[in-house]
Amino acid sequence: MKERVEICLSGSGGQGLILAGIVLAEAAGIYDEKEAVQTQSYGPEARGGASRSEVVISNDTIDYPKVIKSDILLALTQTACDKYVKNLNKDGILVTDSTLVTEVPTISNKIYLFPIAETAQKKFGTKLVTNIISLGIIVGLTGVVSQEAIQKAVGSKVPVKAKEVNRKALLLGFDIAKDLKAKKQESK
Amino acid sequence: MNKLKGNIKLLQGNEACVEGAILAGVRFFAGYPITPSSEIAEGMARRLPRLGGKFVQMEDEIASMAAVIGASVVGLKSLTATSGPGMCLKQENLGFAITNEIPCVVVNAQRGGPSTGLPTKPSQGDMMQARWGTHGDHPIIALAPSTVNEILTLTIKAFNFSEKYRIPVILLLDEVIAHMREKVEIPAPEDVEIVNRKKPTIPPEEYLPFKPDEDGIPPMANFGEGYRYHITGLIHNYKGLPTSNSQEIDAFIRRLHNKIQKNIKDILIYEEYLLEDADTALIAYGSVVRAAERTVKLARKEGLKVGLLKLLTIWPFCFEEVNRLAQQVDLIIVPEMNLGQIVLEVERAAQGKCRVVPYGRVDGELINPIEILGKVQEEKNNEDCN
Repeated sequence: MKERVEICLSGSGGQGLILAGIVLAEAAGIYDEKEAVQTQSYGPEARGGASRSEVVISNDTIDYPKVIKSDILLALTQTACDKYVKNLNKDGILVTDSTLVTEVPTISNKIYLFPIAETAQKKFGTKLVTNIISLGIIVGLTGVVSQEAIQKAVGSKVPVKAKEVNRKALLLGFDIAKDLKAKKQESK
Repeated sequence: MNKLKGNIKLLQGNEACVEGAILAGVRFFAGYPITPSSEIAEGMARRLPRLGGKFVQMEDEIASMAAVIGASVVGLKSLTATSGPGMCLKQENLGFAITNEIPCVVVNAQRGGPSTGLPTKPSQGDMMQARWGTHGDHPIIALAPSTVNEILTLTIKAFNFSEKYRIPVILLLDEVIAHMREKVEIPAPEDVEIVNRKKPTIPPEEYLPFKPDEDGIPPMANFGEGYRYHITGLIHNYKGLPTSNSQEIDAFIRRLHNKIQKNIKDILIYEEYLLEDADTALIAYGSVVRAAERTVKLARKEGLKVGLLKLLTIWPFCFEEVNRLAQQVDLIIVPEMNLGQIVLEVERAAQGKCRVVPYGRVDGELINPIEILGKVQEEKNNEDCN
């Protein structure tokens, strides 16, 4: 792993991005026993408006807690994608929802597209797990934290009654990542 | 920085403040929730009833501060938490607590201002408000942590100073560290140093509530435990009754200041990072420290001799330490999320012995390490040109 990995989870308020950031930081910091810092940026609205959660993971003590150049960018709205893609590292990866982000930026980075929210609705009857499927995809693609750690973190951070659906959502994310990776290999 | 060990949790800054407060022995919280400090009220509401403590959501910020004072006078360690707009309203009663020497801690999780400003965005615009927000010639103690772990330890410190010196202590957070989550070591209660206010050892009939001991601090009886007591916002004599005797007035105001100034070595907390050989120093506090630490590392890679003085105690100000630093370095840069507040104290302390330059950011975003490095390089180039 790089000395310092910076992850930006972006979209709009209500998509669960802040919780996703907390789960990722808990996985890295507590279960993988690395250093991890999570910060957030959101507007005064309860729902809607731009929302972003940033996670920095490192083997060493973390000084600056925010993303300088993201290594992993999740964008769940067009606005977020347009805004934060400019801050993507040259070898960073972009994960977006293919139905929410229709204008995919022309960049040389690896881009992974998947209809995440639509799949959440179809498989689980709720878009609420979009955030956890996204985490599954990110972890499956990058190994930024271990799969065991993220599973434990989801278990400890989501509400009890939603544990089972989130556990399944995470596993689905791992599977989607496998498929996306395989497709990338084919297209090479 | 030290590696954490023991009971490690990933906590939000505000949650760490709650942990610190509970460990310090806080059993009363009164407040009026406000972003970005609300999680402190939420946490205290969950924790206090189980410990036999009291949580009260008051009708407003003014009443919250009043309730905290009342609870402290009857003997409970008391906390309130707010942000800029609430801090404004608390000023009158804060002065009442200072003049009556009532221990309590007020958290100000700073957001952008003036007025309701930027509820969800960080700022360090209340540094001078912490010093001079309430009227009158008064002392104050204010602490500013820069990590979530430090929020826990400095919350305990804040209570210890407050109890020891009988003065309200302001804990200055900002939105970044109040909402930030990182790993925190939660110490076992037996490993935490706790200071409790000095109680009278004489019988009630001999007690004068504002007669100081040799250390300048009067022992504090609890209201209602049999000791005769009077408190007032007016300047008072040893009995706590209003006085217009100029000697008594002078002695009282000087004692309020002296009890802090005489103990300044105990109260000042700061850390030095790579300052030994530095010709340029950054002075930072709060979340900006985190950017400044990174700037020092980046600058060192470029061969620039930059170090950092990290302030944890803001008020009283570490005048002597900064003066010494000003004699060592050629340049001090003070990055802060305002347009120049603590830099004024740094200039005063430097007494012209080196150049002191402000670097302010007020767009609701945390200063980043790259821009501070840019400022260092720009100022170094200016030196070379002169």
